[in-house]
Amino acid sequence: MKVSLSWLKEYISVDFSPDELAERLTMAGLEVEGIESRFDYLEDIIVSRVEKTEKHPNADNLTCCTVDVGDNNIVQIVCGAPNVREGLLVPCALPGTVLPGDFTIKKSKIRGEKSAGMLCSGKELKIDSDASGIMELDKDLMPGTSLAQALNLSDYVFEVDLTPNRPDCLSLIGVAREIGAFCEPKAKVSYPDFEQSNKNQGLFSINEYAKVEIIDPDLCPRYAGGFLLDVKVGPSPFWLQQKLESVGLTPINNIVDVTNFVLMETGQPLHAFDYDFLAKGKIVVKRAGETIDFTTLDGKEHKLEPDTLMICDGEKSVAIAGVMGGENSEISESTTKVLVESAYFNPISIRKTAKKTGINTDASHRFERGIDPEGCINALNRAVELMAEISGGTKAKDIIDNYPLKQKPVKIDVNTDVLNTRLGTNLSIDSIKELIESVEFKAEKIKDNLLRVDVPSFRVDVTRPEDLSEEVARLWGYNNIEVSFPSISAQGELLNPIISLRSKARDIMNGFGFSEAINYDFTSPKSVDNLLLEQDDERTRVETILNPISEEMGVLRTSLVPGLLQSMKTNISQQVDTIKLFETGNIFLATRKDSLPEEIEMIAGLWTGSRDTDSIHNKKANCNFFDLKGVVQGFLEGLNIKDCVYERALEKEFPYYSKGYAAIVKKGEPVLGVLGQIKPEVIKNHNLKQTAFIFEIDIKVLLSLMPEKITAEILPKYPAISQDITIIIDSNIAAGSVSKELDLLVQKESLAEETYLFDFFEGKPLAKDKKSLSFRIVYRSPSKTLKEKKVKALHSKICESLISKFNADLPV
Amino acid sequence: MEKSISEIEIEALERLDNTIEIEGIKELSLHYLGRKGVLTKFLRNVSSLPENERPIAGKNANILKGKLDTAFNNALKGLESTKGDALTGIDITLPGRSCKRGSLHPITQISNEITDIFLRMGFDIAQSPEVETDFYNFEALNIPKYHPARDMQDTFYISDNIVLRTHTSPSQPRTMEKTEPPVRIISPGKVFRCDSDITHTPMFHQVEGLMVDKGISFGDLKGILTTFVHQMFDKKTSLRFRPSFFPFTEPSAEVDIRCVICRGKGCRVCSKTGWLEVLGSGMVHPAVFEKVGYDTEKYTGFAFGMGIERIAMLKYGIDDIRKFFENDIRFLRQF
Repeated sequence: MKVSLSWLKEYISVDFSPDELAERLTMAGLEVEGIESRFDYLEDIIVSRVEKTEKHPNADNLTCCTVDVGDNNIVQIVCGAPNVREGLLVPCALPGTVLPGDFTIKKSKIRGEKSAGMLCSGKELKIDSDASGIMELDKDLMPGTSLAQALNLSDYVFEVDLTPNRPDCLSLIGVAREIGAFCEPKAKVSYPDFEQSNKNQGLFSINEYAKVEIIDPDLCPRYAGGFLLDVKVGPSPFWLQQKLESVGLTPINNIVDVTNFVLMETGQPLHAFDYDFLAKGKIVVKRAGETIDFTTLDGKEHKLEPDTLMICDGEKSVAIAGVMGGENSEISESTTKVLVESAYFNPISIRKTAKKTGINTDASHRFERGIDPEGCINALNRAVELMAEISGGTKAKDIIDNYPLKQKPVKIDVNTDVLNTRLGTNLSIDSIKELIESVEFKAEKIKDNLLRVDVPSFRVDVTRPEDLSEEVARLWGYNNIEVSFPSISAQGELLNPIISLRSKARDIMNGFGFSEAINYDFTSPKSVDNLLLEQDDERTRVETILNPISEEMGVLRTSLVPGLLQSMKTNISQQVDTIKLFETGNIFLATRKDSLPEEIEMIAGLWTGSRDTDSIHNKKANCNFFDLKGVVQGFLEGLNIKDCVYERALEKEFPYYSKGYAAIVKKGEPVLGVLGQIKPEVIKNHNLKQTAFIFEIDIKVLLSLMPEKITAEILPKYPAISQDITIIIDSNIAAGSVSKELDLLVQKESLAEETYLFDFFEGKPLAKDKKSLSFRIVYRSPSKTLKEKKVKALHSKICESLISKFNADLPV
Repeated sequence: MEKSISEIEIEALERLDNTIEIEGIKELSLHYLGRKGVLTKFLRNVSSLPENERPIAGKNANILKGKLDTAFNNALKGLESTKGDALTGIDITLPGRSCKRGSLHPITQISNEITDIFLRMGFDIAQSPEVETDFYNFEALNIPKYHPARDMQDTFYISDNIVLRTHTSPSQPRTMEKTEPPVRIISPGKVFRCDSDITHTPMFHQVEGLMVDKGISFGDLKGILTTFVHQMFDKKTSLRFRPSFFPFTEPSAEVDIRCVICRGKGCRVCSKTGWLEVLGSGMVHPAVFEKVGYDTEKYTGFAFGMGIERIAMLKYGIDDIRKFFENDIRFLRQF
């Protein structure tokens, strides 16, 4: 909301500088977002003296003036004003100056005569309404002086960002009240006259013309009306236009301007109807009852729901209550009778309507936050009084005040000890009383530590003792409350294991050279198709956002893969083509409608491009499946998850990996995740060219497989003897199954410690469908040094079993 | 005889020690070992010694001659090899075999830094879902439907009752529902608002904090947050608490810190105010306690929340929030 300092001063005396006032308001909870000096543009307008005038040779109405613009500068300016004459002091805008309305003055030729500037009227400068000629200034002024200085014009406009709990400050009086509370000494607001005078008052009663009927008092607890005859609609006087413009409103006509003026002054929205358009002179306040079409005074059509509160006349709707008036009853130049509405509407009802219609007006903004139900009459009287004065109309001798649902005044009993404990203060009951009374609360001491507080009707935000604690705290000053420390019992909880797991997992990936990415949880609805997921895949169960930022962010992700591929694309477009990224985050699987989706936390990694960074020490080679598998193995080992097995991933379950180039990783039954090379088609779907290797692991499964404790093993004392075996087998037998068989054979023998594959070979001189595998078996006894003979015997036994199991050959 | 052999030795080695230029060493060598050098002269003069001293003196002089010759040569080699034109061994200036670390996302790092500070103060970490019910995201936090406060956050909806959480605050009722006081938790996580420009992304991160016990005061809130700010920034960073409004706290306070860029003089980052808004906070509203069944007569508490991106931007001097989610490796690897 915009607040003009000069206007504020009509209600409270302000001694602070604009900056200081902004600071004070901010610290009282009315955050000032900016200060604007309203007459800044007048700094560039200068006082000038017309030294000589000559008739324009080519135009009867123009005068060529020789003008002293100060500092011994004389310029020629062509002027069309009738009152221009020698010796006159006038405001002058030199070339480059910008006048209100974004009009830039330029050097020009007018009908063949040079003109280096413009002599200005008061209206052109927005300092008065006179457009009949150029503005005549005081003879004593010095040419060259800035006009702002010469006329001593200054006003500051504060942009106040009000929190939704303070509708009372959506008015100049409200802001003035706050200022009064932090003035030294505290000051009270001087209110304008809210009683109607007998000036411009007729003998007739409003009831002779108008009737107000409230059908739905739950939505409209109060409706008051005022009435004027013989008004003459026209432009507002200059002072009123100025006031409105100072707070960013556009003057319309004298009747509407008064409603806006009183709105800004008191916070009470008002509406003026052209009485002649009200059928049967009636106002009926009721729900629409059915879906209706209605045209608001801005010419827009709206479809309104049955529970929308409407202002109707004897036949039709004339306004959306509290939101906007209708085109059919708006004030126009031909209006002569005016009915002024000042009402209190139910905040929730107004908010619903404003939300549904998308109309946000100064009125709806205030009604939905809650206006002062007891302020209606003051505002109405003030408006009617001003309208009569300005428009030459005659007021009815009375008003209508229909108030079927009287709002109860709020009384709060405050225990000041409890209040002090809450704040950590030690304020006496008297100082608490004094603080809250400075903003028009009334407090009565009923016990040593008990105050009975009457909340003023405009403070709709204060309903319980805690609300008053905020009032006290802010009036006392948040920064005057001493810092203290809670005494905390030393009972810490065990850190949630998933949190330490997540952090360990991140550290391991970091150590492996992967950078952590964070992608949006949103993704494109196309992502499911881009991954070639089949219809029965659970990852097609996407949650759709009803109001997404864009189509591309229309659904919640069901996989981390699209995000990682997107990040890959970002990097490749920056000519970075070796990328190692990982991400931890949730994926979301929709469940039932109106239920929370399943949130599954995953960790995924992507590797694309080179195996190593370019270096003199190694040949450039692209990363492959086994590079990524090494990462996954190292990752799981780093988390002490041992003995995982890798099985071929089914294309049906993981259709976005290349067939035959993907594995699932399991430990026992549970599947930890999947890894592999992304299918070329999927790469293409993501507008990529180079291949990528990705792994995905479910964090929860990971957690379930983490060993609860780690027991150190005793290291062997006696030396080991290693023996090797190389076998040649059919190439369709997986190396893993041979390893597994060998492990089983070895486990039967207490002296064999471990086995591992140390060589693998395919190609000539082997037959086409053959491959050779070389294993090393390490033999060791925990109790003595083994004899070579014994080991050899054992080794050949194991080898024989293995050979016969796989029908293997030995190398030649 | 002017100087003894041992005196010559000590002097020569000392001078060698203090010489670091190749030319200097060459001069020294000439001075001691040259045709007119000190040792040559000495040897020439041996004949003038008493006969019984001659053999020993001659022998010692020759030994020293050999010793100095080696010393000067070694010194020369040493200096020349660093010049790069006389290699012995490997060229240790070649780059090492690459062993690159990755990087943790700046948001992760700042989030860890924040939670670590609170963990040290005895807080625990709580987690809550990213997709929330209207109840936990709003109702339980005293933000009824059609309350203007709902305008403070632009909400993404999945359905009428399911939203992407607009703040980490639902972790408050979710935790209190399950736990009796004392409660002290910190809850970092992703949050979502329909907003996208240079200072807003539709997803960002917050950290929520909550402490509930008997006798917790606004002064305690100030104490905990002051400690936090001093650890997160530095001890000289001053704070100010400013009245504000959050439906789930009463009193509510925005916490500003002295601009860490200009130290309060006023700059672009703090919009010339000298202050930066970093935290929202307040005393837990009794309506929130009522919703979770806490006794409002018995317990009080405070809650606070802050944006992680905001703090990361201040700490690392990042001016565009969108950078955090582009995942440009050149950006990520800086942290």
